[in-house]
Amino acid sequence: MKRASDRSERPRLRDRMSRSRSGFSGFRGRLRARGRLDDEAWDELEETLLLADVGMPTATMLLDQVKARAAADRVGDAEALPALLESEIANVLHAGTDRSLRRASSGPSAWVVVGVNGVGKTTTIAKLAAREVDDGHRVLLAAADTFRAAAADQLVHWADRLGMEIVRAQEGADPGAVAFDALEAAVSRGVDVVLVDTAGRLHTKTNLMEELKKVLRIVERTPGALQEVLLVLDATTGQNGLAQARDFTEAVGVTGVVLTKLDGTAKGGIVLAIEAELGVPVKLVGLGESVEDLVIFDPIEFAAALVGANEDAD
Amino acid sequence: MFDTLSDRFDGIFRKLRGKGRLSEADVDAVAREIRLALLEADVHVSVVKRFVNELKERAVGEEVTQSLAPGQQVIKIVHDELVAILGGATGKLRGGSASPTVVMLAGLQGSGKTTVAAKLARHLERDGKRVLLVAADLQRPAAVEQLRVLGERAGVPVFSEPTDPVAVARAGVDEARRLGRNVVVLDTAGRIQIDADLMDELARMRDAVKPDDALLVLDAMTGQEAVNVAESFAATLPLTGVVLTKLDGDARGGAALSIKEVTGLPIVFAGTGEKLDAFEPFHPDRMASRILGMGDVLTLIEKAEEAFDVDQAARTEEKMRKGQFTLEDFLDQMRQMKKLGPIQNVIGMLPGMPKELRNAEIDEGELGRVEAIICSMTPDERRDTNLINGSRRARIAAGSGTTTTQVNAVLKQFKGVQQMMKQLTKGGKGRKGRMQIPGMPNL
Repeated sequence: MKRASDRSERPRLRDRMSRSRSGFSGFRGRLRARGRLDDEAWDELEETLLLADVGMPTATMLLDQVKARAAADRVGDAEALPALLESEIANVLHAGTDRSLRRASSGPSAWVVVGVNGVGKTTTIAKLAAREVDDGHRVLLAAADTFRAAAADQLVHWADRLGMEIVRAQEGADPGAVAFDALEAAVSRGVDVVLVDTAGRLHTKTNLMEELKKVLRIVERTPGALQEVLLVLDATTGQNGLAQARDFTEAVGVTGVVLTKLDGTAKGGIVLAIEAELGVPVKLVGLGESVEDLVIFDPIEFAAALVGANEDAD
Repeated sequence: MFDTLSDRFDGIFRKLRGKGRLSEADVDAVAREIRLALLEADVHVSVVKRFVNELKERAVGEEVTQSLAPGQQVIKIVHDELVAILGGATGKLRGGSASPTVVMLAGLQGSGKTTVAAKLARHLERDGKRVLLVAADLQRPAAVEQLRVLGERAGVPVFSEPTDPVAVARAGVDEARRLGRNVVVLDTAGRIQIDADLMDELARMRDAVKPDDALLVLDAMTGQEAVNVAESFAATLPLTGVVLTKLDGDARGGAALSIKEVTGLPIVFAGTGEKLDAFEPFHPDRMASRILGMGDVLTLIEKAEEAFDVDQAARTEEKMRKGQFTLEDFLDQMRQMKKLGPIQNVIGMLPGMPKELRNAEIDEGELGRVEAIICSMTPDERRDTNLINGSRRARIAAGSGTTTTQVNAVLKQFKGVQQMMKQLTKGGKGRKGRMQIPGMPNL
């Protein structure tokens, strides 16, 4: 991971999502060529949304809203569609919601990071920790992924590199015990933020979800500590992402989504479905390999990056 | 695996059953629902379009409208199309003539390459190959360590060195030659297909080791992007196939259905769980049957053959015939059953299982309790359950951490099994005819 010298050098969503716009830019080109706002233009719009992994129910909903807007505003020009779509997407994503991570008024704030295998939980924790350290907070890592071979080693590597404290246990140890030790250490050492890494688990595995609930119960034993349960979601995930969000929310009350690997390739349209159907806000997005590439999610920027209505003027 | 898609198809087909004739409107309605089902399963939009068009064309043609059972005819068309799309023979490696042959794994971050490397190595060792795992993922912290741990678990040696990925790959092949290993499984760092530098590194690794097989490892939960990923990696590596991972969740198989159709790459293996043995060759035809709710009996039989000890089975059978079936045999059988994998997976392979049963949560802990109860008995008690009186029951319950009620339940269950066996061995010849399995097509 590279580190930029200045926070102001943070990358912008639009620059990094260039590839994901290509589907839409082809779509914009075809709309320009068509000119008239006919059935085929609407089919094009639907297909483009589906290709971005938005999913059928949410695509239909968006389509209906854009249609209504187009009718109300007497829009007859196909070229006007992208701008309408952009603002409807921003609407679905409740632009204006506060997406900052919550902190305890006193004592340590525990942020527990959960998700299926391979979505980038450990890397997200490293980036999040680096941000916090940069902001002058005292951070403690809890390596509660005791299942994956060498997962704790991966976290120790980051702790060493960023000069942070870490609580870990043997492979195969009880993750609840790690969480307990971490919270106890955090309270006694006056730590500001405890980042709890958990093992990746498929949301369909009941016993593993039970294990996760137990970890959460243990964190909750320190009054006021549990502030965020962050579900990490790979931006290349398709409709299964909705099932992941639903099941994790049901089990452990997810408070926010971290959308990773949005750098250049994926579309992450599934977060539209997640916000629309479950009301779980996206809080952070991962845009690349370096520590600075984890940024607060901005719905308006996301909509612009996804559709790029103003791109053609650039 | 793919249960949601199969449930959807089940619902669509149910509406068709018993219909005398299909009007064009009926066909349109079915086509719409199938389109939705496929899109929800993350099948690529272009594949869905082709699928639905083909279905409509064939369904309004005379083969359906003239048919007396048009519903059946539509199911047949969908089945044909699915098999055509999944297409081809059972997955296996291409291999090569020179030793060692090299299998190279590549893919996005988090797709499961390192786990697949270890699983594949174990799979090949079982086939009598001598494998060397080469860890060339020097990017992700502790990735080499992860492969070392997994390699140890799989009983396969692991090679790596802290140089650069291309050098590691080359040195790994030399090392395999020196150690007399005949297959190299090369794990590489995860990379995104638009990262030109890393894709170039992949190309240099390819030139350094000239892989006989280059496999793309892909998360089964990937959405529409799956096709782009496969196409981009295929442009750099001479990809020979795809390994789909995390198929044990509720992934709906869109990636599986799209990749073969769009890129022509076969799906070679499937990862189906967290344990190292949760890895199997991919059978397209069986998968099509499974999606259509027709089960996968062939895989079940193969698994049974692998798990069951033939000699022991013969001994048990002998005992059954003589009416000497004891709790010890019962325990043996139960343990062998467990080797088939989670009961949930087994049920998924049975044809005609209702959706409720397929989705039911099965308490694997129950089996563990029964095992504990039997293990808490003395050998004499296991051979003759009549010995077990009240105080023995209390002892067994205490020893197994259960209650006397639970002990009684196990004893009662065992008596039932004994009873059934007596009937089977005595008067079983009277009833004739095949056992009918509902939902199974007549072959």
